Amino acid sequence: MQLTGAEIILECLKEHGVDTIFGYPGGAVLNIYDALAKHSDDIRHILPSHEQGAAHAADGYARATGRVGVCLATSGPGATNLVTGIATAYMDSSPVVAFTGNVGGPLLGKDSFQEVDITGVTMPITKHNFIVRDVNQLHNVVRRAFQIAREGRPGPVLVDVPKDVTVNKTEYRRQEPLPLAEHNEQVTADSLEGAIEMITESRRPFLFSGGGVICSGAHRDVLEFAERVGAPVSCSLMGLGGFPGNHGQFCGMIGMHGTKASNVAATQCDLFIAVGARFSDRVVSNAKRFAPDAKILHIDIDPAEINKNIKTHYHIVGDLKYVMQRLNERLQNSAVEPNQDWLQEIAQLKKAYPLTYPKGNGLKPQYVVERIYELTQGNAVIATEVGQNQIWSAQFYKYQEPRTWISSGGLGTMGFGLGASIGAQIGRPEKQVFNIAGDGSFRMNCNELATAVEYNLPIIVVILNNRALGMVRQWQDLFFDRRFSQTTIDRTTDFVKLAEAYGATGLSLSRTEDVDDVLMQAMNADGTVVIDCEVDPNDKVFPMVPPGAAIEDIITEE
Amino acid sequence: MNENVNRHVLSVLVVNQTGVLSRVAGLFSRRGYSIDSLSVGVTQREDISRMTIVARGDDATLEQIKKQLDKLVDVIKVVFLPPESSVYRELVLVKVNADAENRSAISGIVDIFRGGIIDVAPDAVTVELTGDQSKIEAFVELMQPYGIQELVRTGLTALQRGNRTIGLDDIELDENYSEIGRTPHHG
Ligand SMILES: Cc1ncc(C[n+]2csc(CCOP(=O)(O)OP(=O)(O)O)c2C)c(N)n1
Repeated sequence: MQLTGAEIILECLKEHGVDTIFGYPGGAVLNIYDALAKHSDDIRHILPSHEQGAAHAADGYARATGRVGVCLATSGPGATNLVTGIATAYMDSSPVVAFTGNVGGPLLGKDSFQEVDITGVTMPITKHNFIVRDVNQLHNVVRRAFQIAREGRPGPVLVDVPKDVTVNKTEYRRQEPLPLAEHNEQVTADSLEGAIEMITESRRPFLFSGGGVICSGAHRDVLEFAERVGAPVSCSLMGLGGFPGNHGQFCGMIGMHGTKASNVAATQCDLFIAVGARFSDRVVSNAKRFAPDAKILHIDIDPAEINKNIKTHYHIVGDLKYVMQRLNERLQNSAVEPNQDWLQEIAQLKKAYPLTYPKGNGLKPQYVVERIYELTQGNAVIATEVGQNQIWSAQFYKYQEPRTWISSGGLGTMGFGLGASIGAQIGRPEKQVFNIAGDGSFRMNCNELATAVEYNLPIIVVILNNRALGMVRQWQDLFFDRRFSQTTIDRTTDFVKLAEAYGATGLSLSRTEDVDDVLMQAMNADGTVVIDCEVDPNDKVFPMVPPGAAIEDIITEE
Repeated sequence: MNENVNRHVLSVLVVNQTGVLSRVAGLFSRRGYSIDSLSVGVTQREDISRMTIVARGDDATLEQIKKQLDKLVDVIKVVFLPPESSVYRELVLVKVNADAENRSAISGIVDIFRGGIIDVAPDAVTVELTGDQSKIEAFVELMQPYGIQELVRTGLTALQRGNRTIGLDDIELDENYSEIGRTPHHG
């Protein structure tokens, strides 16, 4: 069948089961939009306020569903507006395919109107990217793009399509998606035995669970493993939801804003087992003093993560789900027994150093998060912004299931959360989606409220409004003698009115005793709701590892 | 300390297509890996190019360089070529001041080094010389007294000794994807 490039793109999307894309039109993608209009029964197009919103929404969709998120933008400024979103997806290994239009082939390289070398720009922030110069390559490129985005360690792929390629015709025949390689060649009986031996010898094992557990769908196997081994478990920020937050062995996050229990347990353990995690600097802090008495066993699908930030003693490269299942089979027939003394010790630590916050003195942001957890019974999807709001949301909501926690971990992108919640809500319409935000982050991309309202998405935006760039202010407070340079944003915007202007419901919340009522009111409302919560700019995120310190030297209060 | 201790020669097979050089070069600059030279050209197979990269770093850095290169979709294979089991060559062109008086002396040195004079002007000669880096450095040093006008080096290129090869024949680029990359086998 002879089809235009624009039609081939849409057919290839359908091959991959894509039924939703997030995009923004413009000159270079006119033909794609024309084809979209004809395919509107099969492919739903969501129009955000800004291309950055489209990229975050595609990313949020991918994180919430595990499917590839797709976004589309025109050439030049449309393409560059995607960049922060692509980089965010790249740092958190989220499978996104981004399409950009470009000027026609003959105009490429001539600084033509709205021409930008977007493959050059996105080279370091994509898993791979393509510019398609010939319509005959287009179908294979799109299929490869999906394959690369999903395979192994997922990540974003960009496909740049010059305008003439969208017009030209070629023969198209439907195909099945390309197969994904399994990456388990190195998971041999010997390599598994090596790990089992280390586990058998260990008296104080510790499990560190990262975002890879969620990518791989290995959460049940990791849970079984942790119970068999008797390891206290911590998560990275990206790993939240990969281990049940109310499980007895769960100790909370590790690292800069981890718990005392996790950080001390990691320091005292004799075997540190990292699964699907990459030892980011926010976890490790001072590498020389990280898990000093432990052997480090690292299991990950990306060989380049082994020995990158932390020297390991043993590793297995493979798909986590597969590896954990093989290890569990072996553990079942082994003499490995949980060491109750060690688990007791850690339980004591958890008891001695629970996550707390000073009570009284007005509305506490941590309390708001706790109540969201209680009232939703942990069944919501929480998408956060960046800063204190993000860490409080990580600490005070107990994530039970993968893909219920959506946050920009690697890049720390303020303005991510609202776009991401739009994608998440569209991908998981049955879920209650919250966007927990700071006022600074909310202001960055609050234009997407228009999108949420337009598509009648029942997202609840909870602004923990401290009238400050709280996390930066906290650092100025603790490490810069309280010189609050440009972090007070006590301006005049009325977020309730703003919400109403966008057509959302605006609620304000300033008293602790009103929290449940206001949250219930929001959950029962139709459409998008914004809750402006008045909180104190001096509230801080604790525990905290001071910069450069060892993680066990975590400060638990001011 | 021998400055070559941490110098390593990598041979990298890549899909022969636009952008691959900037992907590799970008990787080195972005991750702060030091690179002495990079040379690239097509192999006996038109669809595959081979890069020779001379990089510096401790063992951990080298391990990362190899793994990060392996992650690039357009990279097919990365091998280290250690000095004891490899042949290294580089070509240099040197334009040296040479008048009637010293031209024959220069020519004598060039002969000893098995180089060639490929261009002669009244006051200069251009010399072509091939060798490993130490040979080239020795030659350049001997030319210095005459006055070097300009000099250009190709960067090192290398192969394994004996009958061992990097294994080009086993590589299958799927017909469909040869212009756009291979089926990846890395994380
Ligand atoms: C796009 C972007 N710009 C700047 C920063 C640096 N930064 C990190 S946290 C933060 C403050 C965030 O303020 P707010 O959104 O109000 O959240 P709070 O910390 O008060 O909860 C800033 C500016 C960032 N992470 N992202």
